[in-house]
Amino acid sequence: MSTTDLAEAGKDIGEEARLAARRRDRILSIASPLGLLLAWEFAARAGLIDVRFFPAPSAIILKLIEMGQSGELTDNVLISLERIALGFLLGGVPAILIGIAMGLWRPVRAIVDPLIVATYPIPKSSLLPLILLIFGLGEMSKIMMVAIGVFYPMAINATAGVLQINQIYLDVGKSFKASPWDMFRTIALPGALPFIMTGVKLGAGLALILIAIAEMVGAKSGIGYMIWSAWETFAVAKMYVGLFVIALIGFAISLLLNEVERWVIRWKADA
Amino acid sequence: MPATERAGARHVKIRIENLTKRFRALTAIDDVSLDIEEGTFFAIVGPSGCGKTTLLRILGGLDAVTSGAIEITDPAPGRPKYSMVFQGDSIFPWMTVWDNAAYGLRMRKAPQDKINEAVTRYLERTGLTRFAHHYPHQLSGGMRQRVSIARAFANDPEVLLMDEPFSALDEQNRTILQQELLRIWEVDKKTVVFITHSVDEAVTLADKIMVMTACPGRAKTVIDVSLERPRNVLELRNDPRYGHIVYTIWGHLKDEVERARSV
Repeated sequence: MSTTDLAEAGKDIGEEARLAARRRDRILSIASPLGLLLAWEFAARAGLIDVRFFPAPSAIILKLIEMGQSGELTDNVLISLERIALGFLLGGVPAILIGIAMGLWRPVRAIVDPLIVATYPIPKSSLLPLILLIFGLGEMSKIMMVAIGVFYPMAINATAGVLQINQIYLDVGKSFKASPWDMFRTIALPGALPFIMTGVKLGAGLALILIAIAEMVGAKSGIGYMIWSAWETFAVAKMYVGLFVIALIGFAISLLLNEVERWVIRWKADA
Repeated sequence: MPATERAGARHVKIRIENLTKRFRALTAIDDVSLDIEEGTFFAIVGPSGCGKTTLLRILGGLDAVTSGAIEITDPAPGRPKYSMVFQGDSIFPWMTVWDNAAYGLRMRKAPQDKINEAVTRYLERTGLTRFAHHYPHQLSGGMRQRVSIARAFANDPEVLLMDEPFSALDEQNRTILQQELLRIWEVDKKTVVFITHSVDEAVTLADKIMVMTACPGRAKTVIDVSLERPRNVLELRNDPRYGHIVYTIWGHLKDEVERARSV
């Protein structure tokens, strides 16, 4: 065997070992939640845990199917998703406009920044009573909760995103006589988009928390309401279905946002 | 300038009168007066920090003067006065090569067919046609600087301003781009103001070279480069006149570089 053959063989072995390790990792990461579910099921059936608090996974799955068939689940999920989407629109659009304007123009930053700094530390959930007072028990109060939650991370990230844009790009805009709107549209917005996407992701997490809280207190529909009413009627399996579905929604949203991000910043070298 | 008085001589395109620029206590440019004739490739050399770039930024409208005046004569209506090629990476990473080259024209709301025509022409002249739909990160540094040149030329300005456009490139790429710039420039001989710290580059490209003094920047002398065009960047180096001009400029520059170092 020549030395090059040896090197080749060595590389193959290294490659194979790496593939095997990856395969093992994947199996382990599927096996661990599956293992937990199996242990839970076993413990519930063997009477090792109190099924009033921890109903068997099989019971939860049956409940999920039942709720799916009756339409109860889909209705509540859809209304929550709708509120999240509208809240994102209502909070996100002004957040991007204001955030970018703050990044581009110092006077705007001087005016708006103290307002954001002063109100940002307020836990958004503590605003719920005030929001209910102002907007009532209708749809608007839920949408507003999401909007407020989404606004902050998106506005703050949009500003940071504009501020990190290399000065030379702003000079280019100025030297080619770009209007303020063109500066906004062709330089600040695209340049800040990677940061804005981070804000969107943070906002999505907050939106899910806030919609659940808002629906528990002041709603007659939605996934938060479903969980809360399950507690009130001590329908524990139903509660678990709610928790499972909300986790699933969060997971699906983050997958979706990753795709959106990849498309939006396709011009980046490492996208 | 006596040249303007000669019959058939080209007229003055840019007139700079007693230009002074101060940043707080620092005088960057001190009382520079200068006429640049239409169709001249005008280079400015000087030690680092002598206010060359400031002068160009003032011309391009990116900085204001402290005192003095800049005038561009007979601007054609509807045409931009200046387009700038910046030092280093200045093309937008979020736009394709095509969109970058079209930027100036789009900003001044040029009709679409004019944009298409100009961008197509200058992408072709800079050898970028195949890369029209690439993003900058897919291009080499030399190609990105070609995009920047295409963007400035396509905007069809009265005057092109170039701020050390090749200083970030390696020597081979720099030589290639100098030749390409000359080739593109020969076509319609726009007035160019070209800042560089490289004497060789100035002599290779320019018709006239202004040597600036070290801080504060003053106009030390203006030297004619009477080398015929079209020029071949490589052959020039074998021309004794080229060596002589480079040597003369270094003579002017030497004291200034030393003075700049001692400051």
